[in-house]
Amino acid sequence: MEKKNWPLWEVFVRSKNGLEHRHFGSLHAADATMALENARDVYTRRNEGVSIWVVESKHITASNPENHGELFEPAQDKVYRHPTFYDLPDEVKHM
Amino acid sequence: MSEKEIKNLEEIFEQRIANDEKIEPKDWMPEKYRKTHIRQISQHAHSEIVGMLPEGNWITRAPSLRRKAALLAKVQDEAGHGLYLYSACETLGISREELYEQLHTGKAKYSSIFNYPTVTWADIGAIGWLVDGAAIINQVPLCNTSFGPYARAMVRVCKEESFHQRQGYEIMLTLSKGTPEQKALAQDALNRWWWPSLMMFGPTDAESVHTEQSMKWKLKRKTNDELRQQFIDQTVPQADLLGLTVPDPDLKWNEDRGSYDFGAIDWDEFWQVVKGHGPCNKERMNARVSAWENGAWVRDAAVAYADKQAKAKEVAQAS
Amino acid sequence: MEHQSLYQYLLSLGDNALILGQRLGELCGHGPSLETDIACTNIALDLLGQTRSCFQYASKQLDGKTEDDVAFLRKENEYTNVLLVEQPNNDFAFVITRQYFFDVYQLMLMEWLSANSADETIKAIANKAVKEARYHRRFSSDWMLRLGDGTEESHQRLLDAVEALWPYTQEFFVPSEAEAWAASAGIGPDLTSFKAAYYNDVEALLEQATVPVPENPYFQKGGKQGRHTEHMGYLLADLQYMQRTYPNMTW
Repeated sequence: MEKKNWPLWEVFVRSKNGLEHRHFGSLHAADATMALENARDVYTRRNEGVSIWVVESKHITASNPENHGELFEPAQDKVYRHPTFYDLPDEVKHM
Repeated sequence: MSEKEIKNLEEIFEQRIANDEKIEPKDWMPEKYRKTHIRQISQHAHSEIVGMLPEGNWITRAPSLRRKAALLAKVQDEAGHGLYLYSACETLGISREELYEQLHTGKAKYSSIFNYPTVTWADIGAIGWLVDGAAIINQVPLCNTSFGPYARAMVRVCKEESFHQRQGYEIMLTLSKGTPEQKALAQDALNRWWWPSLMMFGPTDAESVHTEQSMKWKLKRKTNDELRQQFIDQTVPQADLLGLTVPDPDLKWNEDRGSYDFGAIDWDEFWQVVKGHGPCNKERMNARVSAWENGAWVRDAAVAYADKQAKAKEVAQAS
Repeated sequence: MEHQSLYQYLLSLGDNALILGQRLGELCGHGPSLETDIACTNIALDLLGQTRSCFQYASKQLDGKTEDDVAFLRKENEYTNVLLVEQPNNDFAFVITRQYFFDVYQLMLMEWLSANSADETIKAIANKAVKEARYHRRFSSDWMLRLGDGTEESHQRLLDAVEALWPYTQEFFVPSEAEAWAASAGIGPDLTSFKAAYYNDVEALLEQATVPVPENPYFQKGGKQGRHTEHMGYLLADLQYMQRTYPNMTW
């Protein structure tokens, strides 16, 4: 049999309800069940989480930093998407 | 890419680091940056998992249930830290298996301190106090290093390690307040671990080959000698508090420098251990290699089972 | 008298966790992968926590004793763990099989205690332990399947481990004096009533793991009465080393 290693998984943990799942790190596991159990053992040993997602790293499609310009710079001048773009008199509070 | 283009990229790259920007795995990076980081991060990871062995040696013999639980948790943390660091290293395009291979064949190094034996329970105290103390001094600046995955792993490591040194110092404190026999155990452990701990900061600045480059890439913020001095200055008062004597007759406070002067380090011993001839180099490597080799059938079984399950699922979906 | 019986019953609960935790502690740093090392240590830590809860409560039944006196300062024949948990870590298949055989029992026991025990302290201990036991059982069952239905080698190794450890399973269901007392006082379950459900669960899982149920009808017991296997002395030599070498000191 050809030598096969345990693939790499990415682990996302929700620290508490109301918060999003955040990338915590990675680990190796042979299957999803093991990945989930290992993630629990590795990344929540200090009570850090209430929910875990695992996904095999190879299934993640990442943007390429070389395309940084075309992907992200066009958003830089869309200042009208931010609240500070709009001038309001000081009397208008909490808007 | 032409040489000029590469040169240009390198300049932009160095500028980004100088501006305190982080480098992420998919960013362009000079080959030397990649290699240096693989070397340093893996060496760090190897140190964590080899470091499990001398302490793991005392899990079954810990003198109380409370100490046993703390030691187990600490050694487990080291496994966790090894895992975080291997994962950070893997983002640079090398697999954990390759990294293990480098460790097992002696191509990769790990911290030499773990080649010393833990012969009494007091050694567990001394390791926590001195070795983890030295490690913290080395590691805290790495939370701000330039390579994103390494910096993030180190943030987690440092946060978790805060209990390790306290655990060790508490053991030493209990021993030195105990019976004369216990105090003698503590003193003996300090005698044996003091000098190797000082060596953990690496050769003197004059001898150190990597310092300048490492400073630029924020793998280092201070030189070996500066860190060593910092360690001595903060540790000597802790030894005083324990009522223990640091085994260095030349140690004395230097009012002008505001630091302790200390005696000569035996660099011959340092190089002997680094080159693989310390008291336990062979035992440590044998333990790692046999754990890996004896575990091969387990890892293979898990892969085979996962494959079968995946195939069964396919068949079920197809029908 | 009642103190003494309760003390003995707490020993029976704590000793299993202590000795199995001790065995798992030996493995730390020597497992097949970092991830499994971390998992096995987690289980050991849970068991050690259960041990401490039981022994802290036990030590209150005897004046002037501490949890460590209970854990470290008994003679071999005063430890009442079942023989299963003292069996050595021959290979990972033994580790997993021993764990699985124990976890199925421990979960049944903790479920019963957390729901029914007339002793509030034991009930509280079990309430915490039941969640741990549920996870342990899940972990060990998953690995039983992986090894049983993995490669030829893993299948064979699991087969060997199951054959070797099977004779130690029945001891769970033969109540000791203390366990019989606990059952009569409503503090513990009638262990004989667990037997059928235990073997149903175990046999179903073995079938799933493609491992035949051993036909060996001969079982070993004696641990609950302090009659241990040859492995126990070595285990205790490690466990007690410090307390025996340096008696009456604080650590």
